[in-house]
Amino acid sequence: MSQVVHTGAEGFLHRYEGLKDRLPGARLPWLAALRAKAAESFRAQGFPTRRVEAWHYTDLRQVTQASFDEALTLVQDDIVLPKAHTANRVVFVDGRLRSDLSSWPTMATVASQIGRIEGRVMLPEEPMAALNTMLFEDGMLLNIPAGTDAGVLEILSIASASARPTAFHLRHIVRLHEGAKLTVLEVNQGPAATRYLHNPVWQVEVGEGASFTHARLQQEGALAFQLGSIYATVAAGGTYDNFTLNAGGRLVRNEIHATLTGTGATCHMNGAQLLSDGQHADTTTFLDHAAPGCASRQTYKTVLTGKSRGVFQGKILVRQAAQQTDGYQMNQALLLSPDAEMDSKPQLEIYADDVKCSHGATVGELDADQLFYLRARGIDEATARSMLVRAFLQEAVEGIADETLRDALESAVEGWWEHQGDRHS
Amino acid sequence: MLRIEGLTAEVDGKEILKGIDLEVPTGEVHAIMGPNGSGKSTLSYVLAGRDGYEVTGGTATFDGVDLLGKAPEERAALGVFLAFQYPVELPGVGNANFLRTALNAVRRGRGESELDAMQFLKVARARMKELSMPEDMLKRGVNVGFSGGEKKRNEVLQMALLAPKLAILDETDSGLDIDALKIASDGVNALRGPDFSALVITHYQRLLTYIVPDRVHVLMAGRIVRSGGKELALELEASGYGAPQAA
Ligand SMILES: Nc1ncnc2c1ncn2[C@@H]1O[C@H](COP(=O)(O)OP(=O)(O)OP(=O)(O)O)[C@@H](O)[C@H]1O
Ligand SMILES: [Mg+2]
Repeated sequence: MSQVVHTGAEGFLHRYEGLKDRLPGARLPWLAALRAKAAESFRAQGFPTRRVEAWHYTDLRQVTQASFDEALTLVQDDIVLPKAHTANRVVFVDGRLRSDLSSWPTMATVASQIGRIEGRVMLPEEPMAALNTMLFEDGMLLNIPAGTDAGVLEILSIASASARPTAFHLRHIVRLHEGAKLTVLEVNQGPAATRYLHNPVWQVEVGEGASFTHARLQQEGALAFQLGSIYATVAAGGTYDNFTLNAGGRLVRNEIHATLTGTGATCHMNGAQLLSDGQHADTTTFLDHAAPGCASRQTYKTVLTGKSRGVFQGKILVRQAAQQTDGYQMNQALLLSPDAEMDSKPQLEIYADDVKCSHGATVGELDADQLFYLRARGIDEATARSMLVRAFLQEAVEGIADETLRDALESAVEGWWEHQGDRHS
Repeated sequence: MLRIEGLTAEVDGKEILKGIDLEVPTGEVHAIMGPNGSGKSTLSYVLAGRDGYEVTGGTATFDGVDLLGKAPEERAALGVFLAFQYPVELPGVGNANFLRTALNAVRRGRGESELDAMQFLKVARARMKELSMPEDMLKRGVNVGFSGGEKKRNEVLQMALLAPKLAILDETDSGLDIDALKIASDGVNALRGPDFSALVITHYQRLLTYIVPDRVHVLMAGRIVRSGGKELALELEASGYGAPQAA
């Protein structure tokens, strides 16, 4: 007798049906109802296919054809953690908090104390967010009181080695009250030989005059799928600063929705995608200017080697109320291999008349004149190429003021480049 | 000694160098003059090893070593330095990082120890002072936003730091103001000695009053058509290149 293998959306819905009475917070009526609603939404939509406009360049068949298990609940003690970047670090293994490996500042609450998040969990309409809502088990709840500077916190998600593909869905909820400040370094890693799906969702609420800096190092294992979404709102005078380094994983989507809801709010979304043979990475941003006098800046750089594929989709929506909007978006790709491919789709949708909005996209190779100039000064070709690649990424990284973040990012870039050296020269 | 024999080269299938014969003995400085488009920069690029400049015949050796089969960085390690007619901008590459990486690459090639950031800064500051360059140029991107003259000074700074055995200066004087011309020339003259040679490409006799050449060559339509002493430059200044003559 053979066991029925459930794949795709059906697999996850099947899991939800089996698990729903045991999921964290199963006895809380509001959460059970929300999960049921999420399941309904996910059932209706399924995994997005390329026929869905927002997913035109990213094919999820690799994900939907696989079948995923729950991560084992066994506490694995042989897990090797990377070096911490900050004094406080919260560690999630396979989507579950490991308090024995974590330390966190007092204002942070861990969401497995699930009663604390009542009224805070939203249900976005996108199917991946619905899937997350249906199945999330853990995550951070960061509630920063007005006027407090909460410093820097690292959040590490790590997958453990497993013979069977596993899936987990972290749900992080961040709220900064008026004038609060917080910096998060989010690190995502996993073993090279394990296939897993990490489907994190961040809900971010930046209050008036508050400032949230959010740097993400996406260094998932080579076989991993990461389909992450961020939903952020920024109130008057507040700032949301996102930097994402997409370096790991086999199939990755970094989807960011930011809505500027109050006058003078600011959002920076920068990022770099460093892709090697066989990788696919997609950065998709939605910037919603809903209030007057707001500024947004986006700079994304993608470096592609081997047979890799990069996607950037960026939509800026300027609503009628959003006069004096200042929007800027730049997306550039550097193709280091003839087999690499980059797709870009910038989109401006403007309903206000007094706005300054610009966008640009370039795709190119390393500049032969620049390479020759460096080599004519005695610098060997590999070093010269590496200098030019770093220079290309510079613009996206230079906006990061925090030294901890900058160091972490720079060493990640370095690590990626050294790995390329192994493959090519 | 730089020895070029029967050198022919083409760019995009078009023959530009049509048989160059030239010898620059060690310790000498030679000037190359010639009309626009005659192939002066092409010759300098071929000697430095730029892609796309295809050598179709002849040889070029430096101290007996074949240059043409070598990568640009290997030529630099042998002591060949080209000051570009049009220095290249490198946005995102800091000038200090660039200069130190280049200097250390060349020092490694010479079997010398590498300089750390502090040691490098000391050396660079001293050279910049000699060239009257403001120190903040170290912090900027290589040649990014530099004026034409500043770019040329940056070329001279690189030459001064790398201390080549053979310097090819492609119109380094163009774009320099009168004071800078004097300073840049001093930079070249400081390197002069029994182990240093230079090929100075210029349109103007003025430079050659500061860097007095041992020989002057005229390049026209891909060939050296005349050679003479330093007085040839004066003569050309007075009478021009005239009609192409037979070699
Ligand atoms: N890619 C190319 N395709 C065709 N012809 C080229 C190419 N590059 C250079 N040339 C030609 O080669 C010739 C020599 O150019 P080169 O730059 O060597 O001249 P030059 O003597 O340095 O001139 P100038 O005094 O103006 O600097 C010119 O006629 C130029 O147009
Ligand atoms: Mg020229």
